[in-house]
Amino acid sequence: MREASRIMVEKLQLTDLCLFTEARYTRHPSMADLHSAFQDHPLALEHFPSGSLATPPSFRRERP
Amino acid sequence: MNRSVERHRNILDFALSSLLRRKGKNVSLWVMYTLVVFLIAAIVFYTHALKREAALILQGAPDIVVQKMVAGRHDLVPVGYGEKIAAIPGVSAVRPRLWGYYYDAVTGANYTLMASGDPPPGSGEADIGSGVARNLRVAEGDFIPIRAIAGAPTLFQVRKVLPYASELASSDLILLSESDLRALFDFPGGFATDLALTVANPAERSTIAAKIAGQFPNSRPILNSEILRTYDSIFDWRGGMMVVMLGVAVLSFVIFAWDKATGLSAEERREIGILKSVGWETGDVLLLKFWEGAVVSLAAFLCGVILAYVQVFFFSASLFEPALKGWAVLYPRFKLVPDVDLYQLAVLFFLTVVPYTVATIIPSWRAATVDPDAAMRS
Repeated sequence: MREASRIMVEKLQLTDLCLFTEARYTRHPSMADLHSAFQDHPLALEHFPSGSLATPPSFRRERP
Repeated sequence: MNRSVERHRNILDFALSSLLRRKGKNVSLWVMYTLVVFLIAAIVFYTHALKREAALILQGAPDIVVQKMVAGRHDLVPVGYGEKIAAIPGVSAVRPRLWGYYYDAVTGANYTLMASGDPPPGSGEADIGSGVARNLRVAEGDFIPIRAIAGAPTLFQVRKVLPYASELASSDLILLSESDLRALFDFPGGFATDLALTVANPAERSTIAAKIAGQFPNSRPILNSEILRTYDSIFDWRGGMMVVMLGVAVLSFVIFAWDKATGLSAEERREIGILKSVGWETGDVLLLKFWEGAVVSLAAFLCGVILAYVQVFFFSASLFEPALKGWAVLYPRFKLVPDVDLYQLAVLFFLTVVPYTVATIIPSWRAATVDPDAAMRS
């Protein structure tokens, strides 16, 4: 199963796991905008339940 | 040596019969204890296995992805950027990626559309992920409708369903030919969603990313290592709901330990008094209480860990599914490869078994040091 997914990622040049499909920043967290979880504006409340699981990565938070 | 082992065996025997005497209380304690250990262990197993899965699967992701930013959001990138980037020493290949999202109003699911494939589908054909096939109830040879930008649905014939085994990477994918994707969404010619770069030498990736950022200030290069780190931090113990659940579990242990440390019941106090009056020493009483605590906490720890292992690796963490699924209509079905981090298991052991066992000894020591007569009267 792991090998099949790895081959698929390599062939199709995918960047993310298909875990949360409810919003674009949870489907592709590594490709999301810099505001990531706060898609609409920096103080926006989180819309999606998985947003509370998928926090913005630390290297994103450190950037201006 | 034999005498000491014999003494421990006898005391353990007595501890077990003493636990059995208070069956109701101890069984309910053991059930609650097991549930708390199960919850923590399941989270630990699940996040660790997913992190490992992400690290191994995404190793084949592009070395660098270059996005174009407009007002803080990513925008279509001119393919011309790729030609200039390909001239940077160390970049062995640049591949424009054309992809986007599609919301299916009928099922309420979000799909990822991509112009890709091995080989790419022909005009009017589509390769779909098994999640999409399940959601739309279609198979090879059937037709799927996709609403084009003009509003009219276009039918695509399913050429193949991507293998079930790759569902963790491809569950929501719909692969189309480049011309079809451009026509569907009126993608302007000469632009791509982003650029995937191949850099032969991993040590050169960050230097090349810095050169790209210098040459194209409105671009955002994302390194493969950053993609991997994203998944590391998503499933980090500090992340979102994880910290809340762990907090709740730790709090319940504090309540357990507090309940034990604040005192013994009158019955237990009387039992200690009787044992002392028939000749037991304080050390024997403490040993008895240690074994009682150890039996309950060890049994709960082992049962909790085994149940968590079965839940995560045999039942695909089905208890967590509602939380992970959220509002998503399409959720991949996958089985995690069993992978247990012994360090995390040891931390769990020391956080659960040791404090409880110690907490059972302290009030017993206080009761065992008083006069047996006073202990029996209390």
